[in-house]
Amino acid sequence: MSSWWPWMILFGLGAYHGINPAMGWLFAVALGLQEGGRRGVLRAIPPIALGHTLSILGVACLVWLARTRLPEQPLRYGAAAVLFAFALYRLVRSRHPTWVGMRVGFGDLTLWSFLMASAHGAGLMLAPMLFLWPSGIHPDPPVHAAHTVAHLAPIANHPLPWFAAVAVHASGYLAFVLLTALVVHEKVGVAFLRRAWFNLDRIWFAALMVCGLTILVV
Amino acid sequence: MPQWKPDPTFYPSPRMAMQAPPETLAYLAVFNPQKDGRPDAIAVVDLAPSSPTYGQLVGKVDMPHPGDELHHFGWNACSSALCPYAPHPHVERRYLVVPGLRSSRIHIIDTKPDPRHPQVVKVIEPEEVLGRARYSRFHTTHCGPEGIYVSGLGSPEGDAPGGVFLLDHDSFDVLGQWEVHRGPQGLAYDFWWHLGYDTMVTSEWGTPNMIENGLNPDLLLSSKYGRHLHFWDLRRRRHLQAIDLGAEHQMVLELRAAHDPTKPYGFVNVVVSLKDLSSSIWLWRRDNGGWSTRKIIEIPAEPAKPEQLPPLLQGFKAVPPLVTDINLSLDDRLLYVSCWGTGELRAYDVSDPYHPKLTGSVHLGGIVRRTPHPKKPSQPLNGGPQMVEVSRDGRRVYFTNSLYYSWDEQFYPDGVRSWMAKVDADSAGHLTLDPNFLVEFDGYRSHQVRLEGGDCSSDSFCYP
Repeated sequence: MSSWWPWMILFGLGAYHGINPAMGWLFAVALGLQEGGRRGVLRAIPPIALGHTLSILGVACLVWLARTRLPEQPLRYGAAAVLFAFALYRLVRSRHPTWVGMRVGFGDLTLWSFLMASAHGAGLMLAPMLFLWPSGIHPDPPVHAAHTVAHLAPIANHPLPWFAAVAVHASGYLAFVLLTALVVHEKVGVAFLRRAWFNLDRIWFAALMVCGLTILVV
Repeated sequence: MPQWKPDPTFYPSPRMAMQAPPETLAYLAVFNPQKDGRPDAIAVVDLAPSSPTYGQLVGKVDMPHPGDELHHFGWNACSSALCPYAPHPHVERRYLVVPGLRSSRIHIIDTKPDPRHPQVVKVIEPEEVLGRARYSRFHTTHCGPEGIYVSGLGSPEGDAPGGVFLLDHDSFDVLGQWEVHRGPQGLAYDFWWHLGYDTMVTSEWGTPNMIENGLNPDLLLSSKYGRHLHFWDLRRRRHLQAIDLGAEHQMVLELRAAHDPTKPYGFVNVVVSLKDLSSSIWLWRRDNGGWSTRKIIEIPAEPAKPEQLPPLLQGFKAVPPLVTDINLSLDDRLLYVSCWGTGELRAYDVSDPYHPKLTGSVHLGGIVRRTPHPKKPSQPLNGGPQMVEVSRDGRRVYFTNSLYYSWDEQFYPDGVRSWMAKVDADSAGHLTLDPNFLVEFDGYRSHQVRLEGGDCSSDSFCYP
């Protein structure tokens, strides 16, 4: 596997989160329409991106802490179980926030985006990447399968690449939130939502299940 | 069951909702005024002009118990499901949420398998609400961003305060009292909101004890019925401001906020003025961060001979217009006003909300006039235009003639014989009574009309 693939997957997951109307761009568009213009859209995007990134960072930190302190195999089972349980919970009961409104400031939008990303399990979707770190994301030439896990552990334990992973995901997210919000606000208009707002819940369910399996199998 | 795509009847903005296909069915709350053990019902009227049963009752679903007094009702979900901050766009507009104003039971009625023959699929007993909110006598229901909101006129004992509680839009579980801090608010009736300004507005009729045995003249003459508007922080559920419209203004009822979420104003009707029996329409609008009101329309009482009047009004020698319902077209341009006493439906152009212009009027029924319908010109009608509902495209207006059982008996002591009529409205607001559309209800009295797919008082929007 090329060493660039994992970075592209991280970026692609960011883009996937970014185009989901429930993850922020639609809120930015609505605020632009309510407050009259592009400034409203652009004002909303930094806190929305910050909230999303903090949610992802939270999961990344948890996985990192767990990997540096817990044995590999039980940790994988545990992480897969968390993913399966969360996916099933989302399938049975998907809630939406009930405390927000349209008169929102920086803090409201950051918290809203953090909660939306966390409640959708956006960070959990990155878990396989974070688990497959040593053979996947290490920016040096591809690591040979013959190398032992023990040999790679020090690299995996270094936090810097983990931050890089979160940053790459966040940039994919930001690029697509910004692009979608501006295109919808300036060109397309919100009427297309009626036809194109697909129910992503079941696709998210499938994605989370695949992530759980990946952790177990690979 | 969640859907793959948003319900096709959800529209991001009121402008887009005006492009919706014309309605083909109406649902009506009809109650049984005779104490004969037969229950109230939701009736279904065919509105497709091409159908052989156009303008006829084509279905009916009985409630499981008698004596509910069905009154107002609403949908489980509507266009507010597309709001960006609390999206649930894949819930269907499918269930009618139908409270009994007297029984405090809430019926959930499924319109999907057969829209002409809906089914009662769940009944929420009053005790279930009491476990979470001390409210009773449920009136308005609105589908909103957080779930289904329902107002109650008072406590189970029939006293103040009345207020709002929430139902879950998936399970119909009672979630609890909406208000966190109610301030001076005690009386309740209608509520609606400005989603773009996170503001709820509530109005005042009277407590159950003040209304259930009929209009009480002593309470009325001492200004005890509702006279305030209340403004609330919709997010934090806190009372912000009460506006007293003045002691002479009694019964502040139907709230019609501008549908465009960027417009911070709306209209409300006051049923009667103690000074001269006139009715009035008030504008509320946002003003320097707060809210203020102004009377924009006053409709005078009409002189009448005592022998033409019911005992309650004989001393006044006048028939009050009794404006008991209003409705606003989705483009916020035409305001429809029901004068239940004088038997008139009016339309006003409110493009400039401060300076409304009367654009149309039709007469039907009325305490004195008893104007017949062109379909049965020799049959005087009683009752008058009351609950009024407007099609999404704004071209058709439907209305019924009963108010509330014990009050019907005071103003129309000969017993309201119930009918539903329709007017066509052109873009300038001229009204023409449809000479072929007159639905009569055998022994039942019809109240609120809801149109299939949504109407001008069912949905709220987060995009302009």
